[in-house]
Amino acid sequence: MTRLADTCAPPRRMRARWPGGDTAFRVAVTAASAFVIVVLVATAVFLLRQAWPALRHYGVLSFLGSDRWAPSEATASSAHPNPYGIAQFVYGSAVTSLIAMALAVPVAVAVSLYLTEIAPSWLRKPLSGLIDLLAAIPSVVYGFWGIFALIPAIRPAGTRLSQTLGSTPVLGPVLAGPFFGVSYAAAGIVLAIMVLPIITAICREVFATVPTTDKESALALGATRWEILRMAVLPRSRSGIAGAAVLGLGRALGETIAVTMVIGNSVLSITTSVLGPGATMPSVIANEFTESTEPFHLQSLMVVAAWLLLITLSVNVVGRLVVRRSGEESA
Amino acid sequence: MAPPTSPTGPSTDPSTCPAAAARIEVVDLTASYHGRPAVAGVNLKIEPRQVTALIGPSGSGKSTLLRCMNSMHLTVPGAGVTGSVLLDDVDIYTAKISPVEIRQRVGMVFQRPTPFPTMSIRDNVLAGLHLGRRLGRGSHDDLVEQALVRAGLWHEVKDRLKAPGGRLSGGQQQRLCIARALAVEPEILLMDEPCSALDPSATLTVEDLIKEIKQTYTVVIVTHNLQQAARVADTTAFLTVPAAGEPGRLVEVGPTERIFSTPRQQATEDYITGKAG
Ligand SMILES: Nc1ncnc2c1ncn2[C@@H]1O[C@H](COP(=O)(O)OP(=O)(O)OP(=O)(O)O)[C@@H](O)[C@H]1O
Ligand SMILES: [Mg+2]
Repeated sequence: MTRLADTCAPPRRMRARWPGGDTAFRVAVTAASAFVIVVLVATAVFLLRQAWPALRHYGVLSFLGSDRWAPSEATASSAHPNPYGIAQFVYGSAVTSLIAMALAVPVAVAVSLYLTEIAPSWLRKPLSGLIDLLAAIPSVVYGFWGIFALIPAIRPAGTRLSQTLGSTPVLGPVLAGPFFGVSYAAAGIVLAIMVLPIITAICREVFATVPTTDKESALALGATRWEILRMAVLPRSRSGIAGAAVLGLGRALGETIAVTMVIGNSVLSITTSVLGPGATMPSVIANEFTESTEPFHLQSLMVVAAWLLLITLSVNVVGRLVVRRSGEESA
Repeated sequence: MAPPTSPTGPSTDPSTCPAAAARIEVVDLTASYHGRPAVAGVNLKIEPRQVTALIGPSGSGKSTLLRCMNSMHLTVPGAGVTGSVLLDDVDIYTAKISPVEIRQRVGMVFQRPTPFPTMSIRDNVLAGLHLGRRLGRGSHDDLVEQALVRAGLWHEVKDRLKAPGGRLSGGQQQRLCIARALAVEPEILLMDEPCSALDPSATLTVEDLIKEIKQTYTVVIVTHNLQQAARVADTTAFLTVPAAGEPGRLVEVGPTERIFSTPRQQATEDYITGKAG
């Protein structure tokens, strides 16, 4: 080894090391990470400052207390009631994200189980790559697909559903018609496809950390392939799957353009039915910020953005904590 | 197999029903990984209700040979087998027995204790029985107690059957794994260095347990500890790698006392006297 180095290195060509290199490196990386934190804090401060006039004028809590967003009434009813209610956007974000989770999580778990445990090894890499590629499709393309492919495809089923179950006692309010296509349901389905890659990627990692010894002990007891998954792989991965779902949720909550294109942008009240049109917190911002001319209109959109930031940040922090804890558990 | 509703099978009481043990005959077996044989040309008879020890230097194919006996070997990607393993005269590699059924008849305990970490002690014991819905839901206290008693763990855990299996000490975990393997009522128990992660006293407990369960079962144990082989085994088989790069070979097999006192092969003598391996 030493002899090799002696013969290969040109003698005495090494420049003296700059003594400050180490410090400079440390300063550089510290500055870079500080910058990230500064950006985050600055964004929050910016949003709050922009939102402040509206918050002061109408009261901080009055936004969440109403589900009527009617900027045109802002001049007439100068203070009360607050015409910029945002409860329907919170509802819309929650409903579309929950639909997305309900559809995407089981599929993602199944796909990652297949990829890590069942698929023949030559198929694993290409298939994983293909699923990761879903994440590379631009949001607006998903939106187009939603409008021109998904909605026509689900229209018959949605109409049938609203006609048969739309007036029954319990499910009625949730499935009431009329169904025009643009709806929470359409947005939820588009979101499900968009969050599928991230949830699958994390689940794949989680399943891959299950030790072979665990799987072999199930195998040695006479477990079939499916029973190995049930006995050794899934129990160990529970919190990891939960974390993956929460991170997917964070993504779904923030998704904007595709949702705006298929949700119908109805802002005047909460539409309870998942087959009805609505709006989410990001979608209303995207939809209205260019034409926000009424008093406090733009400022109220900033209020929506601030709440959205708070919610997505918390969801992501929770998700990361859960994923980290599951990593420690299985270590 | 027992009917699903009354899981008390024929051999629940080891003293009255010693018929469970089966015989294994390994015939001209070669096991390979990715086309490279790891152990070759093995002929070995394993008698019922005896402990057979496999000894030999690292890499001589002891684990591979052991894992061929319950067809675990073939679950490794790239693994292959030629020759045959007869389980009570039925070849497990050609007969129409599913590997799942073979593994229910031939249980296995691993080097590192591997209780299912999220399951309670009770569920760990019952894990194998719940497979294939052989056992209905319920607490099955009798089965749990019986398996834990046989594994010599009952008195230590009877008050905390609901605690996670991972909370036990290493030796207790290993005995829990033995209880889990015994609960399935196998005919043969394969053990791959079951004591190598345990301290001396836990090792002795497990050795006593092995001597106990050989009344009922056929036991095959891989060990690096020659004293352990001398203490527990009736028959000892010695494997070695004749030359670097070659597959492992079975060199000599015989009654343990004879192998340790008057080995017939030079390689065996070198190994047990510490000159090689
Ligand atoms: N999964 C595997 N893939 C490829 N080769 C393997 C694999 N497992 C074992 N081998 C090879 O097979 C040979 C025998 O290995 P085996 O584990 O059976 O030896 P062993 O006698 O149990 O050794 P030890 O005493 O160290 O446990 C070794 O050369 C090893 O490198
Ligand atoms: Mg081994």
